Amino acid sequence: MLRLEGVTAAYGPIVALRGVSLEVEAGSVVTILGANGAGKTSTLRVISGLLRPQSGSVEFEGMAIDRLSPDQIVRLGIVQVPEGRQLFVNLTVRENLELGAYLRRDRAGIRQDLERVFSYFPILAERQRQAAGSLSGGEQQMLAIGRGLMARPRLLLLDEPSLGLAPLVTREIFRIIRAINEQEGITVLLVEQNARLALDIARKGYVLETGRVVLADLSENLRRNEEVRRSYLGY
Amino acid sequence: MEALLSGLLSAPVFLAPKPWEDWSLFGEQVVLGLLTGALYALVALAIVLIYRSTDIINFAQSEMAMFGTFAMWSIWLSGVAFFSNPWVLLVLAGLFGLGLGAVVERVVIRPVEGKPVLTIVVVTLGLFLVLNSVATWIWAQGELPKSFPSPLSVLDSWDIGFASIPEHRVLIFAVGAGAMVLLGLLFNYTKVGLAMRATAQNPLAAQLMGINVGNMLTLGWALSGALGGIAGALIAPVVTLHPAFMLPVLLYSFAAAVLGGLNSVPGAVVGGFIIGVAENLLGTYTPHAILGPEMSLPLALMLLVAILLVRPTGLLGERTVRKV
Repeated sequence: MLRLEGVTAAYGPIVALRGVSLEVEAGSVVTILGANGAGKTSTLRVISGLLRPQSGSVEFEGMAIDRLSPDQIVRLGIVQVPEGRQLFVNLTVRENLELGAYLRRDRAGIRQDLERVFSYFPILAERQRQAAGSLSGGEQQMLAIGRGLMARPRLLLLDEPSLGLAPLVTREIFRIIRAINEQEGITVLLVEQNARLALDIARKGYVLETGRVVLADLSENLRRNEEVRRSYLGY
Repeated sequence: MEALLSGLLSAPVFLAPKPWEDWSLFGEQVVLGLLTGALYALVALAIVLIYRSTDIINFAQSEMAMFGTFAMWSIWLSGVAFFSNPWVLLVLAGLFGLGLGAVVERVVIRPVEGKPVLTIVVVTLGLFLVLNSVATWIWAQGELPKSFPSPLSVLDSWDIGFASIPEHRVLIFAVGAGAMVLLGLLFNYTKVGLAMRATAQNPLAAQLMGINVGNMLTLGWALSGALGGIAGALIAPVVTLHPAFMLPVLLYSFAAAVLGGLNSVPGAVVGGFIIGVAENLLGTYTPHAILGPEMSLPLALMLLVAILLVRPTGLLGERTVRKV
């Protein structure tokens, strides 16, 4: 579904990605692991069109997308839930969700999806009229994911959904990510620091180090890998 | 000696009416202030509209409006009957401002987007000078100032009991308030309005929603230009037309925008009315020897500084927290 081939990218003089290749199959959950600054977020920025690759290619269903603008990429069904959630904090929960469906014109479908998001995250229904900034961290992450779902994505890019959340809340979020993948058939590319949880729900994973893919394998193999255990699983 | 002093102090320049001596005068000044305040609110809104979405203060706001008003003056004199209708000119002034704002954003501002604030400030100041010079070159040949038509009489007044209010000021208020209400509806009840608010707040997230942020910025500048254009055509019949005619309005409106909070739309409106009323009351109740009419502008700015010392974000402004 999505294929990156030898992607290099930089922020001015600072090189972020040095030839990253990866592939996400339709219907699967794929995870990208790595330390801070390894290039995980930059990879997602390239896919979303926020960072132009200097070389290499990004293909979505066989079509080159590395020259498209961010809004054109959303139009294709590639939707990112960014790191740090990036909510519209002064707008209401409801308005944030409506903005998720910004490019859609099918009113009935939007209303349906709103109900669907509320069924995943009942707390959001209660807080509809509240400013997004007044929600707790966990609720904000739920809103960020709900906002992403409102675009009716085909590929959902999740950047550190567990960041700053209590373990219990994190587990709840991951349960829902799994449900989104299994019940809606939405393909998920998950960037995550919590390698254990990520490898639990992902079919396969990539390990990034200083802008390079150093490991690419099925989750069960990565879990057994000596290097991964030491660096990312902590045992 | 004593007689001399008391004689001096009773000279007309030292005398000023006191509010409690004549409440109807006070009421009249408040009403007149509110009516003028609508104009300041309109231009303050134009400033805020750009500032909240791009962090740019458009110093060329006044000259864009001035340029548009001169253009309207030209087509007024073109001899085409349709253009001799002042109502038509008022609408066209708004449309011209809309187009000018969009062009300025695309051609002048877009290339310096993301550059340091000082660079952008210099660019808007440059635009100020260019528009001013070009307008002087084209239109300031021959006699200045030039008269500009109004849909209502500039000289006639309506009597509302305690006050007599010039017709034209009522027009300024009505059109200004109308434009503000329309803008409020656009922002709060339309999808594109929601997208503009989202873009102003978090451009990165707006992009991820599929919003074309560049288009939203152009739209913001266009709307701002439209408000300025309307303001220019509204005040020109009163102050008459010359290349610097919008400058005092711009200064009062800056004061209004900062007073209300540069990133607050309601703040701009409230600030505009406060500045309008303050200007009138200060002009009426301070002795001319201390504060002549020519001092009302500096005084408004002093008031502004005083308020900012107490509340740096303005009355309704929000402190913005920026995460890098």
